[in-house]
Amino acid sequence: MTRVMVAMSGGVDSSVAAALARENGDDVVGVTLKLWGGESDSGCCSVSDVDDARRVADALGIEHHVFNLGEDFDEYVVAPYVKAHSAGLTPNPCIECNRHIKFDRLLNRAKALGFEKIVTGHHARIVKQKNETLRIARAEDEAKDQSYVLYMLDQKQISSLRLPIGEMTKDQVREKANSLGLRVATKPDSQDVCFITREKGRADFLRQRIPLTSGRVVDENGSEVGQVEAIELVTIGQRRGMLLAGGKEPRYVNNIDVESATVTVGTPDQLLVKQTEFRDLLWSAEKTGGEFLVQTSAHGKPKLAKVEEGLLVWKDAHSRVASGQSLVFYKENQVIGGAIAI
Amino acid sequence: METYLDHAASTPVRQEVIQAMLPWLSDHPGNPSGSHRLAREARRAIDDARDHVASLVGAEPGNVIFTSGGTESDNLAIDGVLGAKGGQALCSATEHPAVLEPVRESGGIVAPTDDTGRVDLESLANILDSFNDISLVSIMTANNETGVINNIDRIADLVLEKTPETMIHTDAVQATSWLDITGFSKKVHLVSLTGHKFGGPKGAGALILKDGVNLSPVIRGGGQERERRSGTQNVPAIVGLGEAARLIQVERLDINEKVTKLRDKLENGLIEKISGTSRTLSQKTPRTPGIAHLCFKNIENEALLFLLENEGVYASAASSCASGAQEASHVLQAMGVDLKTAGGSIRFSLGQTTTEEEIEYALTVVPNSVEQLREFKK
Repeated sequence: MTRVMVAMSGGVDSSVAAALARENGDDVVGVTLKLWGGESDSGCCSVSDVDDARRVADALGIEHHVFNLGEDFDEYVVAPYVKAHSAGLTPNPCIECNRHIKFDRLLNRAKALGFEKIVTGHHARIVKQKNETLRIARAEDEAKDQSYVLYMLDQKQISSLRLPIGEMTKDQVREKANSLGLRVATKPDSQDVCFITREKGRADFLRQRIPLTSGRVVDENGSEVGQVEAIELVTIGQRRGMLLAGGKEPRYVNNIDVESATVTVGTPDQLLVKQTEFRDLLWSAEKTGGEFLVQTSAHGKPKLAKVEEGLLVWKDAHSRVASGQSLVFYKENQVIGGAIAI
Repeated sequence: METYLDHAASTPVRQEVIQAMLPWLSDHPGNPSGSHRLAREARRAIDDARDHVASLVGAEPGNVIFTSGGTESDNLAIDGVLGAKGGQALCSATEHPAVLEPVRESGGIVAPTDDTGRVDLESLANILDSFNDISLVSIMTANNETGVINNIDRIADLVLEKTPETMIHTDAVQATSWLDITGFSKKVHLVSLTGHKFGGPKGAGALILKDGVNLSPVIRGGGQERERRSGTQNVPAIVGLGEAARLIQVERLDINEKVTKLRDKLENGLIEKISGTSRTLSQKTPRTPGIAHLCFKNIENEALLFLLENEGVYASAASSCASGAQEASHVLQAMGVDLKTAGGSIRFSLGQTTTEEEIEYALTVVPNSVEQLREFKK
């Protein structure tokens, strides 16, 4: 009997993950993380999500605990998110949460408390190579695949992890929850960033924390063609939300200069680049040469590229990647590494 | 073995209390506000309980208002006095949220404390000198996290000297099990208590007034409790509260003596067995016998509580929020304890039913659990 800790968010995926661990005959304890003390879509401190997780644990007959990692969440996820926006970057807080909270603080605590594995409800799989190394692979349900946000996991972390949901489609997950009579069977999927409410949105969240500066929008010749309300909220590749005068064809943001509060727009062609600079390169197991597919956003279409002299060189010209976004490398639908675009 | 060391959160209901309550759950349907014999029986039962609670505080039975517990009593004291008198309320930074929240919400003043968590008398005097509209001062008798005891006698004298019109409330929820408060209670205008901290059931408490205190009711309706707290009284729970109040007055000294010994044994034992363990309050600080508040260096209390629970030892750290997560302690913050130290602190709280065997067991389990966590960190 393996002693496993299931990270239960109160959603249907992690609830079914807990149920499967239980069916597997493991010694299961459910844990919900209290990460954000402010407003969220499920009410203050996400109390209703915690209640859902607790009631699912009750129904499954497993113990349930709540760990407060709120301070770490503020330090490693929320503060860097705000700081990145004020620098005109496009952060991915879910990735930072996985990197610093779920697969660092939580995993370490699970180990300290005597657990052998942690189980999460991510839609991704774990596969073993011939040489015994482990890799995160795309989920059975391609539309729900979350391998992108797990690219930072190393061998030690993957070997302590189980991802039972990755083998199932979302429909199968919901059917399973339904057949077990779990109260979360029809609960809607969570959307976007957990600490930002759908109602008030990102702009409101940031406005409460940093001064937002209005900016000019110029074309490639430097002529002013519009305005933006907040330069900190603009993303590379963005098309809407700028007061653009006239224009024949759609124009996209291809540069953001926070210091001069200037956004440059251009045609799709002008957005294309041959290479992308990056930082914090890491490999899931061994360094891999040659061409591989690179995905630049959570649901983006991967394109071929290779790493050459510290740069990511695209096979075919690629739309500029917003600074701060993660570049995740895939080979045969398996994550082999990743980095962060600068 | 199961070792319950969370009596400051809630105590087991005493057998005598259960026996006293049972008939009121089964045989007696009467509503104490009615006029027939069955109603009068219920009325008599809660009035007997009222006598016991009045005697516990040294007050007149007619000045005892039954409530649903400590939080309601504290809310009624603050909102009730502000509603009747206007002005603003003052409390200390280490009060229970049941006091802090209504004071903050009404725009009141939160006074700093010294490093033991007791209200700082000099600051209190300065505040009283600088404002002329403080209608209520609310200072707890004993703190729920550390057990530190405020000198309510001196605080009352100070308030009376500076602003004689100001009323004084004390949250005695954590004190009634351990302290005879009949002495200083003559000087204060309102006292809150609740039964489940001394062997009574959850859901019955009281706010006790001094003669002549006017309160604006918070819960309005049928005018029960002399128009000060409407709603049909929770007869069985109030009977239980009354019986617990009667018993604690008879047995308090014996319980104190027994629990103090066990508490000291636990504290000294843990400090001796686990390096980097310290008392949050020095032994000289006036404190209730029931709480051993200890800080373990380089330990996260949430992780330690998990391991203790696995071994059947139930304690707590600071207070829990609605989600059940551990929250950073506002009490330790007010005392100037840094966050990291506060994050390694645990409250072991003992009570009337705590046994020598339980303490022996905790003295084995806690050191082992701390060692497991420290080993992992290496």
